[in-house]
Amino acid sequence: MRGKYYTASPPTLAALRIGLFSFIIVGLVSLVYHGTKDKIADNERRALLQSLQSVTDKRRYDNDLANDKVQLQSGGQAYTVYRARQAGKPIAAIITSTTTQGYNGEIDLLIAINVSGTINSVRVLNHRETPGLGDAIELKKSNWILSFNQLALQNLDQWAVKRDGGNFDQFTGATITPRAIVNEVKNTALFFQQHQHEIFQ
Amino acid sequence: MRSDYSKILSNGLWHNNQALVALLGLCPLLAVSNTVINSLGLGLATTLTLILSNLLVSSLRQFILPEIRLPLFVLIIAGVVTIIELIMHAWFYELYKILGIFIPLIVTNCAIIGRAEVFASKNRIMPSVLDGLAMGLGFSFALIVLGGFRELLGSGTLLAQADLLFGDAAKDWKINVFDDNSGILLAMLPPGAFIGLGLLIALKNTTTNLRRDT
Repeated sequence: MRGKYYTASPPTLAALRIGLFSFIIVGLVSLVYHGTKDKIADNERRALLQSLQSVTDKRRYDNDLANDKVQLQSGGQAYTVYRARQAGKPIAAIITSTTTQGYNGEIDLLIAINVSGTINSVRVLNHRETPGLGDAIELKKSNWILSFNQLALQNLDQWAVKRDGGNFDQFTGATITPRAIVNEVKNTALFFQQHQHEIFQ
Repeated sequence: MRSDYSKILSNGLWHNNQALVALLGLCPLLAVSNTVINSLGLGLATTLTLILSNLLVSSLRQFILPEIRLPLFVLIIAGVVTIIELIMHAWFYELYKILGIFIPLIVTNCAIIGRAEVFASKNRIMPSVLDGLAMGLGFSFALIVLGGFRELLGSGTLLAQADLLFGDAAKDWKINVFDDNSGILLAMLPPGAFIGLGLLIALKNTTTNLRRDT
């Protein structure tokens, strides 16, 4: 074959060698995993709390917001609802919601609705809309998303972008993205109205 | 000995640049190079992976049987990348969220298994570590230049969101070069990455040819 330098190793030796390597590497990975898992869980918790507080002022509730949650299904959509309470009384529901009606992929939204029947605030958590056109839904890029603030949940059938006869601005060159968000906030508001009692059970 | 080391460095950084000459690892290169900071983050993670995987492969090379070398390389690289991913998840959480799926994808960067096969499995530890460093820096260099090009044309800034990598002190490192509205959308989109990389490769080839002619 390749002369005296090359002799094939028996398959059992090869198998044992792979086993030994796997064992050592899995051991190393699990050591690092145990060293980092608390820190990672802490990061996740803090990031969640930070996004929850972006739509609800932290002075308005006194419960453990990130853990006071409930999962609900409605119309094929799964919602996670975080419940803000002050002295045990419901204050607001913070609902995560996703729409695929945007221009590119999913848009994840966080929508806070006050029990008094107004939208408190809306934020876009994740999206892949066109940079420079559709990304004006981010608070970093424009104030458009603030137009939901303190909006009363009335005449929901008229919630639409101006091109569709509603009151919400669209962006120059991008109607699909704001339309998707307005529709999704409207659907979430309808979900909230229909399930308010279930949410705060 | 000294000339060996400088040859390893110049190969990694320029003559055999993994991104611009070997054209390896293009998936992360094209996908993540939309800002300088993203490029720098992925570049550092890739460099660290290259150094560690070369170090391990080289120091274990007498235990690596030739028949099973590829599965063992994959094991070592996957282990190293998982460890780096866990560390980033714990200590660079914001950046981890942005680079997201591209960190585990470092495993599939052919440049890393390429260096293990071509270099680290045949050389001593020191040269192998240096090779990993040089190849990683060369790859990072291409990433950062492409990222700078795309960020500059696409949003008119440089070093935006530097705080993701360097902490709060870096919040005002952002350089506004043009007015935001003048951004060229194409540069931020995937075709901009291909065009930018094409231009970079052309530039690299032109300078190499010019030097050869004179």
